[in-house]
Amino acid sequence: MNSSTQTLTPVPSKARVIPHAANAGVATTAVRRSRLGPGREIRYGGAIGPVLLLAIWTLGSWTGFIDHRTLSPPWVVVQTAAELIESGRLWSNFETSLFRALQGLFWGVLFGVIMGVIAGLSRIGEYIIDGPVQIKRAIPSLALIPLLMLWLGIGESMKITAIAMIVVVPIYIQTHDCLRSIDSRYLELSETLGVTRGQFIRHVVLPGALPGFLLGLRFAVTSSWLALVVVEQVNSTSGIGYMIELARTYGQTEIIVVGLALYALLGLTSDSLVRLLQKKVLKWRKTLND
Amino acid sequence: MAQNAERLNTANAENTPAVSVRRLVRRFGIRTVLNGIDLEIRKGEFVALLGRSGSGKSTFLRALAGLDHDVVGEGQLHVPSSLSVVFQDARLLPWKRLIDNVTFGLTGLDAKGRAATALREVGLANRELSWPGELSGGEQQRVALARALVRNPALLLADEPFGALDALTRLRMHALLRRLCQHHQPAVLLVTHDVDEAIHLAQRILILDEGKLVRDLPVDLPEHSQEREHEIARIRRHLLQHLGVNADPIEAQTLADPVSGQISTEKNDATGEPPRHRAAA
Repeated sequence: MNSSTQTLTPVPSKARVIPHAANAGVATTAVRRSRLGPGREIRYGGAIGPVLLLAIWTLGSWTGFIDHRTLSPPWVVVQTAAELIESGRLWSNFETSLFRALQGLFWGVLFGVIMGVIAGLSRIGEYIIDGPVQIKRAIPSLALIPLLMLWLGIGESMKITAIAMIVVVPIYIQTHDCLRSIDSRYLELSETLGVTRGQFIRHVVLPGALPGFLLGLRFAVTSSWLALVVVEQVNSTSGIGYMIELARTYGQTEIIVVGLALYALLGLTSDSLVRLLQKKVLKWRKTLND
Repeated sequence: MAQNAERLNTANAENTPAVSVRRLVRRFGIRTVLNGIDLEIRKGEFVALLGRSGSGKSTFLRALAGLDHDVVGEGQLHVPSSLSVVFQDARLLPWKRLIDNVTFGLTGLDAKGRAATALREVGLANRELSWPGELSGGEQQRVALARALVRNPALLLADEPFGALDALTRLRMHALLRRLCQHHQPAVLLVTHDVDEAIHLAQRILILDEGKLVRDLPVDLPEHSQEREHEIARIRRHLLQHLGVNADPIEAQTLADPVSGQISTEKNDATGEPPRHRAAA
């Protein structure tokens, strides 16, 4: 028996080689199909973008490309932050802002979900609720602040109400839409199984509307920080926004940047948390993401 | 437009049929899909409903299931209060595990235990905690069957339940369904377009055509294998004829010209070949 020494011709890296016994010495190449999906997840890959941004900022400041007066360099920001933390100012303002936003989120989500479910399940509910929500949506929420100040003063309740009103809109719209998009085949199935209305809502409607709700939550969370910014700059005596306003008055740009960096951190962290929640709660799904 | 049909639940007397349909009419716009159906199904009887596409089989099943809320029609329908439906798509709630899908809407003691038994019956004993998305089509349909039969319905309505499955899986599912029905003994109405499926599973075959039941055939297959095959072939020919399908391979060979589509009536020419197409002058 001859031992065949085959010299294979070098093949391009994309091709897959299938050595053929019949034509020994000749490599036949098969075309590997390119994957259409986004590809596998990389652990902590989500941090790549922000880290890149930080790198550009550092480099820009260090080379002098970014003027120190326009935007303080990252090391000055860190130093200022350290001073603020030491004096206790940072933490107390941060705490106040956080609680404000969380309360606004809570009420906004609660009302948004309740209205979304009612409008989704009943025609009368839809006719009563949907119109006013669309009207409210058309009015820039921040333009409502003078009215809110008139009605509720300038205390905490005004601020929380303003945040809640902004949060309600994306929660309502996404929950309502996703609910209505629940396949009617599941409705038929539930009818044939003879389930009660309560069981139907609990086992079909709410889980079915969940993907939409979570997407709405991501928007809501970002909006709540936005609302917080504006609301805190209006006659406020505490919070990150107040800290920024004060720094603006005294021309302390580094403190302004610290405040902005805090907002950015809050926004990113909360968005990541919601995405994590999405992943855990929706693990039964098979989508492009997996 | 409210429908005028009466849907009443049968009393549990021994001789009353499980399903009783009188002069059932259903219309979609100007089209009358069901044109006066009369039918009785006894308790525990397995009935198959055959018909061409668009003959109204699904409409009839949905009327029995009570799913035709907005459809115009008349007639009387008596169906048992405990009925289950199996659709062509398994319709498992994707956000519930298999065991929770089977217990969905199940009342009574030890729902989880009964559901586990049902899953074991269909051969999915150790998959209770799987998600529906992890299952193949055949497996999902098995869970749908388990869900339908765990509540011991008096009537099982199946709307082309195996239509979406491959031929091999379908054969396995036939055996499974036969076994389950022998065990649970519900009355069954199986809507299908598969003639063989109907012959092998049903005790009675109905043909729906132009909105009416045109044929009501009892099926009693003999034990002996040769007679059995003979009888199956006979019934099949009979059914296909009434469904307007010519299954004879010789007659089905068309004499149409592949280019012009004209049916040739000329005899074969001198060479014994069928005449070739001549270009128009």
